[in-house]
Amino acid sequence: MQESRSHQWMRIATLALLVALRGGVAALAEERAPQNATQPAPASGSAQSDADVVGTIDRLIATAWKDAEVSPSDMATDAEWCRRVYLDLVGRIPSLEELQQFAADKAKERRTKLVDRLLESDDYIYHQASVWTVMLIGRTGGTEPRTLVSRDGMQKYLRDSLAANKPYDVMVRELITATGVNKPGEEGFNGAVNFLLDNLDADGVQATAKTSRLFLGLQVQCTQCHNHPFNEWKQNQFWGMNAFFRQTRPLRTREGNDILSVQLVDEDFPGQDRPPRDSIGADGQVHDAVKEAAIYYDTREATLIAAFPTFVDGTEIGHSGYVTDVNRRQELSRLVIESEYLAPAIVNRIWSQYLGYGFTRPVDDMGPHNPASHPELLEFLAVQFQAHGYDLKRLARWVVLSRPYGLSSRGGKGNAVDDPTSGETPLFSRFYLRQMTAEQLYESLLVATAADKATGSNFDERQRVKQQWLAQFTVEFGTDENEEANTFNGTIPQALMMMNGALMRDATACKPGTFLHETATGKLDDDKKVEQLYLAALSRRPKGNEVALASKLLAARKGNVPAAMEDIWWVLLNSNEFILVH
Amino acid sequence: MSRRHFMGHLAASGALALPAASLTASLRAHAADLKKRHKAAILLWMGGGPSTIDLFDMKPGAQTGGPFKPIATTGDVQICEHLPLLAKQMKHLSIVRSMSTREADHNRGRYYMHTGFVPNPNVLHPSYGAVLSHELADQVPELEIPPFISIGGPSEGPGFLGMAYAPFVVDSNGRVQNLGGGVEEDRLHERLAMLSELETSFVSQKRGGAAEDHQKILTKTVSLMSSQQMQAFRCEQEPEKVRERYGDSAFGRGCLMARRLIETGVTFVEVDFGGWDNHADIFTTLENRLPQLDQGMSALVEDLVERGLYEDTAVIWMGEFGRTPRINTDVGRDHFASAWSTVVGGAGLKPGIAVGTTDENGLRVTSDPYTSQDLMASICQALGIPLSKTFTSLNGRPMKIANGGRVIKELFA
Repeated sequence: MQESRSHQWMRIATLALLVALRGGVAALAEERAPQNATQPAPASGSAQSDADVVGTIDRLIATAWKDAEVSPSDMATDAEWCRRVYLDLVGRIPSLEELQQFAADKAKERRTKLVDRLLESDDYIYHQASVWTVMLIGRTGGTEPRTLVSRDGMQKYLRDSLAANKPYDVMVRELITATGVNKPGEEGFNGAVNFLLDNLDADGVQATAKTSRLFLGLQVQCTQCHNHPFNEWKQNQFWGMNAFFRQTRPLRTREGNDILSVQLVDEDFPGQDRPPRDSIGADGQVHDAVKEAAIYYDTREATLIAAFPTFVDGTEIGHSGYVTDVNRRQELSRLVIESEYLAPAIVNRIWSQYLGYGFTRPVDDMGPHNPASHPELLEFLAVQFQAHGYDLKRLARWVVLSRPYGLSSRGGKGNAVDDPTSGETPLFSRFYLRQMTAEQLYESLLVATAADKATGSNFDERQRVKQQWLAQFTVEFGTDENEEANTFNGTIPQALMMMNGALMRDATACKPGTFLHETATGKLDDDKKVEQLYLAALSRRPKGNEVALASKLLAARKGNVPAAMEDIWWVLLNSNEFILVH
Repeated sequence: MSRRHFMGHLAASGALALPAASLTASLRAHAADLKKRHKAAILLWMGGGPSTIDLFDMKPGAQTGGPFKPIATTGDVQICEHLPLLAKQMKHLSIVRSMSTREADHNRGRYYMHTGFVPNPNVLHPSYGAVLSHELADQVPELEIPPFISIGGPSEGPGFLGMAYAPFVVDSNGRVQNLGGGVEEDRLHERLAMLSELETSFVSQKRGGAAEDHQKILTKTVSLMSSQQMQAFRCEQEPEKVRERYGDSAFGRGCLMARRLIETGVTFVEVDFGGWDNHADIFTTLENRLPQLDQGMSALVEDLVERGLYEDTAVIWMGEFGRTPRINTDVGRDHFASAWSTVVGGAGLKPGIAVGTTDENGLRVTSDPYTSQDLMASICQALGIPLSKTFTSLNGRPMKIANGGRVIKELFA
């Protein structure tokens, strides 16, 4: 009923919008009434109200369902949805109190209220900073000895930026143009430098590849060595992009062999001191490498070609290497921010962060060779994101309040074909199961078990232990490109860690201070205790047969309730229902 | 409640029943039973893309040739002077010098060389280890450890064959973390019985493949926790002389572990040896690392031959591509896929020869060029897997094994 009404509502969008602005049809927008009802009246291409944006997402997704002849799954239950949105926005499952608090809220717009509360929480800042840190410098950036990178510095920059809800374009500019010192507490500290510090080796090849991939959704790295056989990118485009990073230098402050800190600066670039004779540019002219700050690259035919800063779309800037003439990174950031690729790339990434799949696979390989699954929606969201001042929180809010995000992960009769794990284009007609990330699992275990309360460690110590724990799932490839693979993917080592690992032993030991101890030794009767455990781990009550199983365990432990609770707790935390986002 | 009751319950409850029930039984199973012949393969993966023009297809005197000199071998080929031990084993190995591929990016090259397919946004293809395990693991039904093991690196994934064929990744010391240290056996049984119910009930709600995979992985994990076969990872049980022969390096230990694993019944072992992405100072770097390659690889081949395992075990040495004949201004070589070499042997492949040729500067292949899928088809053929074999990807697409590659005929003459 609500569906068809909302559908109809979208067909008469303009009219409804006017009404909505007067607050007349808040109910039609279900729980999606705009927090800020003073939005300016939208025109085509200008900012629409949050409710309208969400309505359009729902409409465009539903159109694709219709075209593909699938019907969506039912909506997720409140508890399922609550667990999901906690995991996605703040990086952990809800605590028992948080779950109960949500369940107790009978307000119609309780989902919207919860999303807004989570978006304003410190946990949101911490979790998203951790997501962005992995995106920018990987899981190992800044963790090796004698590294140029300060992981703390990167995280501090991101936390500060997210706390201020810095517009995304400003953040991108700051990351591309950053100068300053890498470590927090040092004079001239600018944590943003750590992104480039992690990617500057080998003549900024990685900086080129990663900047293009992350901020523009363009995979240009293959064209380092040759024109790409499948997409439109050519080798000169890679080196044209690369030339933007050549005024950038890391200056180390050392004490003996140790690097105390690193300062990233812009320096005049005299051109590559490579054979200037026979240096033919892409324009066919012979270039004087000293007057014009060129770089050179080898083609597959082993000829040497000169390159100057040229954006992927062909826009050139001045050739001078003097920073006072042309600041190449400033110019690059301007071109990136003005680029038509910027907004779709981040929209695609954020959509995939919350829905499990983006509109392209992989999410950062966009372009005519890899058409988007929902082009109209991608474009619409990109336009709205821009019109709303590159507001990342708002983008997240639209996505998690949309209908596809709110669907159950259970397959329905009409959408068996919608299974992207089989390579099908995702239709988002159900919520796709996905494994918690290692970070989500770690934090969720702590929230569920309060294991850290028993050990009583402080924040820094906790971060160190967490980093150590995360490190076991990262393997590096033997290349110069800082590539790494995440082996936290549901395989045996992970199952072993869950069954026998130290974290799990702490989490399932009935020690004073832990949630388990509190529950197991509390005054509730045994069935209630079991129920508490289910709610805390799975955000639901046990079913009849599960209550029976738990009684068997209690009997097996011969009335040793804490031991039986340990067993039940271990089972719950090892279950697929715990470890999957569903 | 009695233990017997729980065991009975466990058996009835399905999913985790079998391995849990065999928890005790398997303690009696011994590696000796597994020593019968089975087909297997070892991939020595040179992450980063080694400079094959400096190792296996040298161009002495050419402008692109570099400073190293070629030496004679026991095979009908010459190789780099910094591989003297391997030179003695070359009668067992052949070099494919006419590799010509198009992927000169690490990620794409790694994927392509591991799967025979170029990356495609809609399908994840299975890698060597997954394909061979899928086809061959049934030969050793007693195997309790995973059939696909990757030492020191992540390898590539199982693609549409599913997590059951995923690589089991261990470090070069073979440490498998968290193998034990949980609760006592009885209690573990009780926990597993309850877990089994919970797993089954979630899976029955049609939540998709991830839930089913989790259930399968749990089953395998329980089996692994109780297996004597885990001893295969313990290289320190080898005599000191053997360990010295393989070399005191991560790669050397990996090679030794590979032999132990194959002996135990494992189908596919990948030994990851990264660090070949030598854009700068390549010759100094190579002089330092070639001795490790030399010791580990030569000891592995020699040992496999001596133990009678070589006839049934294919050995593949390769990276994602080769490196440019042109030496760059940082005295390095960059990514180069159009003309490069791989080394193969064992499993009845014709040994001691060089397949194919490149021009005098190593810039292009001057004979019939071979691709990743050709190499993979040849390995499959050698291991007795019919090339007519077709997989069906999850979305129903038929896919020829080794992407329909053609066999490298010279290796079967």
